[in-house]
Amino acid sequence: MHAISASFCMAKIGRLVLILSLVSTLAFTLVSLSPVDPVSAYIGIDRMQISTEQEQRIIERWGLDRPAPERFLIWAGNVLRGDLGQSMIFNEPVTTVIGKRFVTSLWLMASAWLLSGVLGFVLGVVAGTNRGSPADRVIRLYSYTLASTPSFWMGLVLLAVFSVSLGLTPICCATPPGVSPDDATLWQRLHHLILPAATLSLIGVAQIALHTREKTIDAMNSEYALFAFAQGESRAGVAWRHAVRNVALPAVTLQFASLGELFGGSVLAEQVFSYPGLGKATVEAGIRGDVPLLLGITLFSALFVFTGNLVADILYGVLDPRIRIGTEEAK
Amino acid sequence: MLSVKNLSIEFSRYGSARRRTIIHPVRDLSLDIGDGEIVAVVGSSGSGKSLLAHAVLGLLPGNARTSGEILFKGTPLTSASMAALRGRAIALIPQSVAYLNPLSRVGRQVYRASRLSGKCRATAARSTDRAFARYRLDESVKSLFPFQVSGGMARRVLTATATAGDADLLIADEPTTGLDPVVARQSLSHLRELADLGKAVMLITHDIDAAVTVADRVAVIYAGTTVELTPARNFADGALRHPYSRALWNALPQQGFGFVPGNQPMEDDAVNGCIYLDRCPDRTGECRCAQPLRPVGKGHVRCCHAQG
Repeated sequence: MHAISASFCMAKIGRLVLILSLVSTLAFTLVSLSPVDPVSAYIGIDRMQISTEQEQRIIERWGLDRPAPERFLIWAGNVLRGDLGQSMIFNEPVTTVIGKRFVTSLWLMASAWLLSGVLGFVLGVVAGTNRGSPADRVIRLYSYTLASTPSFWMGLVLLAVFSVSLGLTPICCATPPGVSPDDATLWQRLHHLILPAATLSLIGVAQIALHTREKTIDAMNSEYALFAFAQGESRAGVAWRHAVRNVALPAVTLQFASLGELFGGSVLAEQVFSYPGLGKATVEAGIRGDVPLLLGITLFSALFVFTGNLVADILYGVLDPRIRIGTEEAK
Repeated sequence: MLSVKNLSIEFSRYGSARRRTIIHPVRDLSLDIGDGEIVAVVGSSGSGKSLLAHAVLGLLPGNARTSGEILFKGTPLTSASMAALRGRAIALIPQSVAYLNPLSRVGRQVYRASRLSGKCRATAARSTDRAFARYRLDESVKSLFPFQVSGGMARRVLTATATAGDADLLIADEPTTGLDPVVARQSLSHLRELADLGKAVMLITHDIDAAVTVADRVAVIYAGTTVELTPARNFADGALRHPYSRALWNALPQQGFGFVPGNQPMEDDAVNGCIYLDRCPDRTGECRCAQPLRPVGKGHVRCCHAQG
């Protein structure tokens, strides 16, 4: 691949380093300033039974008596060695927790991402090609309504309808009660995935459909579309042979660049459905004051969003001949 | 081949105060093109030249209303017959490579144009090859993207695309704009070749020099109205009969940039009488009457003072 030159890689790596150091500094500062007290978070309700002396020993052992910049440097040094610390609420290394939770979330995010991308694109092209038609009106109404719907509310409505009233889908979790994720069958997992994935994608559809619709209208009014019409191409022919290809390019990159929103959406959806993914872990870590896990997830999500944008950048160069061949010829 | 009679095109538009205004970019256009003939359509920007091309191809936007008649080979064109003739009997040679799909290879697009003209796969492939050979385009050009071809090659690619389907009427929209003189001449000579093969060519341009050198006849358009339809040599011979045609010719650099103050009527102005009334140096009281296009000498003129 010629689009990815050495200078491109260097620039991207440099940016990643910069982003991660800024994010970690900011996150660490915020956590230090927050009222979260790691000791009481660790001890929980047994707090009353612990003497000041014992508490003091925990503080010394964890180095909480040292100034914040020093603590940050110790933490950052450990992170560089790959050690994100121990999660207090899960009693496991942070990396293990993130790994496990991310795999669970990945199912949810990937299905929502694919579904919203494909469905949104198709709806957008249909609406844009037949601008002003009843189909366009319906799709637009749907998109504007859904684009202004909070995802947690959507999740609650779906739960009320499909799980409570109709009893078609499970009410919570990623697996049936009492079944560990490793023992669950593929069908069981999919069954539990339907509603959260639907919640996330129904809302994701709106944005990508509106974006694609706009781009399709532009493409259908473009000069190359006019020439295609002049050659006797039908409306569907122009849409399929000319518009789709030109619209797909920005749509694919937009979809990759929207991984950040997807991540944010999954936090809410997982909370509503008690889906044990990374989003739910984030909320728990925040509420229960699990500082190492919270910082770990923050770093991980920054990396995740960065990867999405990076893939979008690379794809643009690979898919668009104007950039791909242009850079080759420039050499 | 093609005969346009009293074509007018109106658009209704909603203005600022939700008031509907009607604009008339094309008021009264008439011209005819015979087999083997190049008729140049000249006029300033906004005179309705491109809309004429779109009207003949049936590609006007939905809010356009037309009146008048367009006859192709003697039969009036309807929107259904235009859709059937587009790409098969009537082809557009567009202005620039912006009219090609930027993400599709040139060869595919010429082939597609040829397929759309009703050819089967094998014939379409052959006529693509023929079109490439005719315009001296290398086989390797087929795999280029539109942004990779430039200048003269782009012109040849566009002409190849338009002629891959053996249309009888070719509409060339500004084929010389932005080209250096050598390439422009070559582009025009391709049109001449096509006309000599018996095709009718409508050459839309504001390059009057080009129009006069290559065309057989010239239609001069002013504010969406044909003011004069005349043999091309009348320009150089000084035998133009409409004052606007003369003004257009005298505005050329080699004629000393002759200048007539004023602008052509706006698209939403209502005009009674002569369309050129308020700028014409020779205007008289008679000019306030409606001016029909009438035969004078070997051409047609819309001016009551013109004499044979």
